[in-house]
Amino acid sequence: MSEPAAADVTSAIQAKFPNATIRPSGDHPAVNLPIGEVVEVLQWLRDEHSFDFLVDVTAVDWAEEASPRFSAVWHLYSTTQHGYVRVVADCLDDLDPSAPTATHLWPAANWHERETWDLLGVKFENHPDLRRILMWEGYPYHPLRKEFPLAGIETELPDLEVAAETEAKVIAAPMMGGPFVASSRGEMNLTDAEPRAKDESWTEKSAKPE
Amino acid sequence: MATEYTVPDTAAKTAAAANQEFETEKMSLSMGPSHPSTHGVLRLQLELDGETVTKCDPVLGYLHRGDEKIAENMTYNQFVPYTDRLDYLAPLANNAAYAAAVEKLANVDVGPRVEAIRVITSEMARVSSHLMGLGAYGIDVGAWTVFLYSFTEREKLYTLFEELTGARFTTSYSRIGGVSRDVPEGWNDKVLAFCDQFLPILEDILKLLTRNKIFQDRTVDVGTISAKDAVAYGLSGPNLRGSGVKSDLRKDRPYWGYDKYEFDVPIGQKGDCYDRYLCRGEEMRQSISIIRQAIAQFPEGSYYAEDARKIFAPHKAKVMSSMEELINNFMIVTEGPQMPAGEVYFEAENPKGTLGFFIVSKGGGVPWRMKIRGPSFCNLSILPKVCQDELVSDVVSILGSLDFVMGECDR
Repeated sequence: MSEPAAADVTSAIQAKFPNATIRPSGDHPAVNLPIGEVVEVLQWLRDEHSFDFLVDVTAVDWAEEASPRFSAVWHLYSTTQHGYVRVVADCLDDLDPSAPTATHLWPAANWHERETWDLLGVKFENHPDLRRILMWEGYPYHPLRKEFPLAGIETELPDLEVAAETEAKVIAAPMMGGPFVASSRGEMNLTDAEPRAKDESWTEKSAKPE
Repeated sequence: MATEYTVPDTAAKTAAAANQEFETEKMSLSMGPSHPSTHGVLRLQLELDGETVTKCDPVLGYLHRGDEKIAENMTYNQFVPYTDRLDYLAPLANNAAYAAAVEKLANVDVGPRVEAIRVITSEMARVSSHLMGLGAYGIDVGAWTVFLYSFTEREKLYTLFEELTGARFTTSYSRIGGVSRDVPEGWNDKVLAFCDQFLPILEDILKLLTRNKIFQDRTVDVGTISAKDAVAYGLSGPNLRGSGVKSDLRKDRPYWGYDKYEFDVPIGQKGDCYDRYLCRGEEMRQSISIIRQAIAQFPEGSYYAEDARKIFAPHKAKVMSSMEELINNFMIVTEGPQMPAGEVYFEAENPKGTLGFFIVSKGGGVPWRMKIRGPSFCNLSILPKVCQDELVSDVVSILGSLDFVMGECDR
């Protein structure tokens, strides 16, 4: 698929917003922006460049030791020009990342931002209703963060009455039987290259690391 | 002699005399997560004034399985079966969309035969998904018969799926780089035979609803979504087109050679429930036309791209006889297919809307981050707006017309 407008969009953004840099991308035109300018650029893309459709808002966790640790990602689509553009901005605070909301530009951003807050803990400032959406309100973790184990972490049930009555808890999933993976991080060594249940080391046999 | 009637003394009379208003209070109603019209495990927290909805707050997450977390913890090949469970009413289309996203990252071209197979199976998935949506919608608004007919037809499709893939529901048919097996001999003819007998039945099914007074009363001018709102809320698929926005990725950004086929993209005029229903009906006719064209020009070639063999899956026969292929196979299974670093976003026009995969790769066999854009998630986000000031019974009608599936909404 060709991207005839790819160079146009990125160079137009750069001409208007000198702080934008072209982001390497496997397909669609993409730009990096300082997080403070994102909303302005999104609005400009919507109003001046016919990117009227907000496809997706999400974030990427670049690992616990990385800094900046979180990047927020917006995908826009033009229902008239039929092209995409990807806008990426690094969140400033690694411990308590935040990004500006786009809910006033697209109501579609509402749920996407709630999901990103829920799963990755990126706070969208001035969001009118920043509640969790997939996990329950009061859940203590952000599961898509890299330090969160695949098996999950033991937590209280959302319904305290049921929890008190049944003494049941949300428990970590048993990892015996898979999914079997090789390590996704760092150099491969023989131990890592052996397929194994990823979180087996502590879910089945030994205590959880705190 | 004129009869005089006196109004008995009631609370109303007293209130009227005192020029007071009735004391009313709003009621909150929890609809779902287990409710026939929520088609899965969606819960609507409704606030009602009498029968009118004053506030609607959808509660999601009952089917959240952490698919994105799982994707980060397994190799690209291993994730194919998980895509079945996104829109579980059209797994063939999901598999292919996921495979296409990874192929884009790996820069692999799958060749015309694979593309044709994917077009045929995706369109069959579209028909089966719409049949299910239509039948369930009929039940929601009180037309039971539709379901019986549409389910029978869907069953015929599932028999064809079974012959092709070995499974009826969770097919896992597409592989990254191709499909898991070639089309069996004579299968295309069976598909054509299905198309021939299906079209008249489709007309019968639609006849049950299209001019049906009761159905029209339940759907016309109910749940109207303007084109502007549909775009602003990120709706896609028949829900977007029902509002009059001519947006179909198969036409606008043709993938798998969709530009080779002639088909129309139906759009609605008003954006009410009835328009969305009409769009789905017409889309089925168009899908049948695409299937026929794809089979008429069914290309020769391999069902699995040779380029993809060395990255994703070596020839099984060679794995058993050649040392290099054995090692290669071992490395692919243990470490995953070695992919370049990069970011890609691919979305396909699925039955429910555009299903997108945003893959961030740092190289290696496991995606660093995979974001799945489930169309039902975005389609449902308009519920608080569209249910506002509607009757409770119309909420049922609106839900059915959005034709969502919670598997891809909650992921």
